[in-house]
Amino acid sequence: MGFISRGFRGKRRDAVSSSRVPPGQYVVTDFPVLSAGPTPRVNADQWTFSIEGQIDEPKRWTWKELLALPSETLTKDIHCVTKWSKLDTTWKGVSVDTLMEGVDTAAEFTTVFSDGGYTTNLTLDDITGNKAWVAYEFDGQPLHPEHGGPVRFLVPHLYFWKSAKWVRGIRLQNEEHPGFWETNGYHIRGDPWLEQRYWGD
Amino acid sequence: MIEEMKLDGNAIGGLLREIFTMEMTAAQTTCAGCGAVNAVGRVDVYLHAPGTVVRCPECESVLMRIVHGSGRYWVDLSGTRLLEFAEA
Repeated sequence: MGFISRGFRGKRRDAVSSSRVPPGQYVVTDFPVLSAGPTPRVNADQWTFSIEGQIDEPKRWTWKELLALPSETLTKDIHCVTKWSKLDTTWKGVSVDTLMEGVDTAAEFTTVFSDGGYTTNLTLDDITGNKAWVAYEFDGQPLHPEHGGPVRFLVPHLYFWKSAKWVRGIRLQNEEHPGFWETNGYHIRGDPWLEQRYWGD
Repeated sequence: MIEEMKLDGNAIGGLLREIFTMEMTAAQTTCAGCGAVNAVGRVDVYLHAPGTVVRCPECESVLMRIVHGSGRYWVDLSGTRLLEFAEA
């Protein structure tokens, strides 16, 4: 990867995309729907997003409060462990850095949890420093339930199973607690550029 | 000594091979969550995911998670309290 001979200019477009596509991945133009369970019915009036666990005062936002927070629109490439990558996806949401403002915690690990019981583990370092968002729009539209709406986690630098659909909060933890897939063969971190798909990768 | 009765997992290698090469769709699963009993052929299955997720049709709890990749299988049956099936 990354080697381009001088006579290869006719394939420039492929060369550009290959530098953005991690090993073992192929590019799709549609947006495949992956789901480990039924799509939850979410009532916006009762929906909240929480930061809990190793934190003195747990934080909680209602749906309206989340929408009132400073938002960002970002364009990112996403990479699913089932081998598809989708380039230049556009999202709107709130940075985890914004949610973590004022939070003082010694925790190094987190569990991101969702409606329906799904969990995924992420280090605090992997979701702070402008690396993760709670996203409620995709491609300029409210996030469709099949893609995790009303709100999904978005951690584009890791395989997309870390970007939990129907997200409801972040639990701050002193130890690493492997999540739904990480307890069952999938890699504890899931860096697509290191092809960390399964245990032992 | 009870220890003398204990064998290592090689002792059930043949047994497990026998079980998992059988036709299993008629087997009865008992959900560890709600206790519902259903034939494997009737449970809810989600294939479009990083692994296969099998759920109880009554309470939607996970009955089985099966991941296949990198030349290995990972099979979690913690949500299935009991699997009952007839001899071949």
